[in-house]
Amino acid sequence: MLNLSGKNALVTGIANNRSIAWGIAQQLHAAGANIGITYLPDEKGKMERKVEELVAPLNPSIYLPLNVQDDAQIDRTFAEVGEKWGRIDILIHCLAFANKEDLSGDFSKTSRAGFAQALDISTYSLNRLAGAAKPLMTEGGSIITLTYLGGVKVIPNYNVMGIAKAGLEMSVRYLAAEFGSQNVRVNGISAGPIRTLASSAVGGILDMIHHVEEVAPLHRTVTQTEVGNTAAFLASDLSSGITGQIIYVDAGYETVGM
Amino acid sequence: MSADVLAKVQAVIADKLEVDAAKITPEANFTDDLGADSLDVVELVMALEEEFDVEIPDEEAEKLQTVQSVVDYINAKHG
Repeated sequence: MLNLSGKNALVTGIANNRSIAWGIAQQLHAAGANIGITYLPDEKGKMERKVEELVAPLNPSIYLPLNVQDDAQIDRTFAEVGEKWGRIDILIHCLAFANKEDLSGDFSKTSRAGFAQALDISTYSLNRLAGAAKPLMTEGGSIITLTYLGGVKVIPNYNVMGIAKAGLEMSVRYLAAEFGSQNVRVNGISAGPIRTLASSAVGGILDMIHHVEEVAPLHRTVTQTEVGNTAAFLASDLSSGITGQIIYVDAGYETVGM
Repeated sequence: MSADVLAKVQAVIADKLEVDAAKITPEANFTDDLGADSLDVVELVMALEEEFDVEIPDEEAEKLQTVQSVVDYINAKHG
């Protein structure tokens, strides 16, 4: 029933085989979507090579650089996507950044520059990419971002990223209101803690995972594939009535008080 | 046992850091000798966790700066 064939899905945020975005890209591909991948370029071209090798089995028809802090590059990349595909149906926003020193210790010690950078990359980028995709989402579609409970409740060490995720979740609602008239739905997935390159920067991530394994109703945390399956659902017509929502894929942890 | 661990550690490092196996001596320091940046080190730690089925907490990972220190850590965990 879940069929994404004929849909063009642009996936951001793959860094390696642990990336949540990689789990999502695989499930969208399994459902039949035509996959486009963007990577974060670095000076040595290492990320470009490694991600290209990783995603090769998905036969991506687009493979382009995307640094969300580089407006010119965003415009170039979306222009190329427009030329090649003509249309975007699914946009996956799965990226965030904060300085490691801002992901442990006292929140009040967050520097102005660190705060601004975290919010720029982790929050504003959804707005910016959605805006760039908007003229290409001509036949409706689905925008999906990744968030975390730390944007709603206090999680030790999550600090500035919690503020970024709170902003991100509110951005989902404002974007859903704006994009609804062109039948584009905007939703967020709040995933349980998963060990990724990005989450490794959060102080005590392993402790967070162990805590969830202990108290979550399912007594485990979740996998990239489970998040990918929910993304495939939110990308498909099966979820046609859902927009502006944050869906928890967290083994039930969010429901537990103690 | 230790030689075996060393060989496996060297293989993981060669793959993740994309460096010549000959440079991965026990004394080699990841950042100074093998050119790893901070993200490389994180990737390396996660790859080692997978290969040896161990968990390496942050405070331990910070101490692992040379090839030998990783071998010692894994031997201690598996010992």
